[in-house]
Formats: sequence, structure tokens, C-alpha cells
Amino acid sequence: MCGTCGCGDPEVVPVEVHESLLAGNEAQARHNRAHFASAGLTVINLMGAPGSGKTAVLEATSRMLGPGCRIAALAGDLATENDAQRLRRAGIPTLPITTGQACHLDAGMVHRGMHHLPWQGLDYLFIENVGNLVCPALYDLGQSANVVALSVTEGEDKPLKYPVMFKAADLVLVTKADLLRHLPDVSLDAISDSLARVMPRPQVIVVSSATGFGLDAWVAWLEARRSSGAQRVVAGLAAHGAGDPPR
Amino acid sequence: VHEASIVQDLLERVGALARQHGASGVHRVSVRLGALSGVEPGLLAGAYEVLRAGTACARARLDIEPVDARWECGSCGNELAAGAALRCRSCGGAGRLAQGDEILLERVEMEVP
Repeated sequence: MCGTCGCGDPEVVPVEVHESLLAGNEAQARHNRAHFASAGLTVINLMGAPGSGKTAVLEATSRMLGPGCRIAALAGDLATENDAQRLRRAGIPTLPITTGQACHLDAGMVHRGMHHLPWQGLDYLFIENVGNLVCPALYDLGQSANVVALSVTEGEDKPLKYPVMFKAADLVLVTKADLLRHLPDVSLDAISDSLARVMPRPQVIVVSSATGFGLDAWVAWLEARRSSGAQRVVAGLAAHGAGDPPR
Repeated sequence: VHEASIVQDLLERVGALARQHGASGVHRVSVRLGALSGVEPGLLAGAYEVLRAGTACARARLDIEPVDARWECGSCGNELAAGAALRCRSCGGAGRLAQGDEILLERVEMEVP
């Protein structure tokens, strides 16, 4: 009832919420991250424009890591399973996630995918996101790190046009470096300058999946990521052993 | 285009809040959207118009408050110039986004009997 005059009209009350509109996805992502951490799994969310070389990077990564390293992939695509087939041919057990009209993967899709992929005992899981420089940046999947592939043919100012994506990147792989000799007007310095205006801690590795250029630096970055993740798990266990309540 | 799925989550959340408060109607829904949130206010408003029919928000107005992006130094707090490299000119610290990535449901005004 109206509190002012008791007239019997309903009262309009403001309810303060202050909650992320992505709260549902964020909760699912935390759940995924806890699973990945308990399995000691390093999860890379690989994003980039269509044709930026994401699948080729993963094919080359499989060659570089060799059979001693246990890896798998989830491959998001709107309509086909072509990328998943390419990754399987490269020796990577891969589950395709066909999103239909959805332009990105979300944490729920990844979680459902994990039910169909034997992921316990893996070293790395690579999530090849849908080719898109806009939507995937918003959706936390529970990954250890975001990596964005940016090919040298995409334009030096691409990061300035898609700041949300590059702001979310832990690492940018500048791909297709073998094409640079055909592109006299493209400067790596100009690409780095654009990245520095949208990424607070720009980390960039220039690679060519075709020639193998730079892939050793990329693999070293992955291994550093993996060992820092392992240290966090050990530190968490130590804290737990010291009497913290179980979480 | 993810605005439609965000609006669907918004409608469900507001519907749950209205039920929780025993509301007989929702008058106004207020959200805050940062310039670097990746959500386009015009597309969000358009998706809301299409999707709200038959929900608790059928007659509710959507207010979108835009939030500018502002970067500051993560070490000394100096404001960093828009469009420049995200590195502090005085201390060399890396930039930190002080505001501008909000995708927030702020407030729901509802009719309580």
C-alpha cells in the first residue's frame, strides 16, 4: 500500500542490485577454473579474427610440443567441424563445438564440452574460440590465459579498432610473419605501438606457423604459464595444509 | 552479436527479483554500460524492445547509463591520457582501467502491493 497517504495504490520501490549482467557466465567460469586447477591443467583461450591463423598456430604448436606433451582442444565454429578435423589430423584430440548463430563460446558450452573430452591427465587444453574480435572477449571460460592471434595482413591499427578484445589479451601472437617480405608497408613497430595503447602490459610474440619462426618463444611462454599455474596450485595446497578451512 | 543473450539474462534476472519481492509490475530497469564493456547500448536497447514482450519487463522502461573509459597508473594512480600508450609518464607503471568495463544491472523499480 502507498506509504504516503494510505490510498491503497501500489507503491513503487527501487531495488538496488549492482550485479554483473554476465554473473551467470562468471559463476560457470569459476566452476570450470576450479576443475582445471584441481587437474593441474593449463587452459588457453585462443581468440582472433576469422582467418587470423588460430588453427594453423595450434597445428604448429602440436608439432613443437611433440608426443611427450598431452594436449587436447575444443574448437568453436558457427557451422562446420573443419577446424576440429584439421586439429585431429595434427594429432590433437579435439571436440568441435558448433555454436549455430552464437558468435562466441561461453563457460557453459565449454563445461558441456568437457563432459565429452577426456581431459584428466592433460598438460594443456586449447580452446579455439569462434573467429570474431568482438563477443568472445566478454565471456570468461575459466581459462588460464587469453591469447589473441593477429595476422600481419589485418592492418596495423586493428588493436585500436577492437580495444576490448586486445585489452583482455595476456599475449598477442602476431601471425603469418612469413608474409612480411611481401608487405613492405606493414611495420611490426606500428603494430606494437597500437597494442601498447590498448593493452596495459603488452606481451607480443611474432610467429610464422608456416616456417616455424618464433614458435620456440611461444612454446617457452606456454611452459612459463604452465609452471606458474603449478606454483599457484602448490601454494594453495600449502595454505590449505596450514589450517585454512577446506574450500 | 551477444546483446540478445545478455538481454535474455537481464529479463530472467529481473523476473526473479520481481517474484522475490512479490511485485505486481516493473516500472524501470537501470543498467550501466562501460565504453570498453564490449556491449553496444543501441543494440542492447533494440534487443530489449524485441524480447521483453510477455516478460515481467513488458511495460518497464530500460535506462542505460553510459560510463566513459578512464585509465590510471596501476602504481601511482596518475590518470593516463586517452588514446596514448597505457604506461605512466611519471613512474613507468602499467595502466589499470579505473572505469569503463561495467555491464551492470544497477536498479529495478517495481510496484509492490
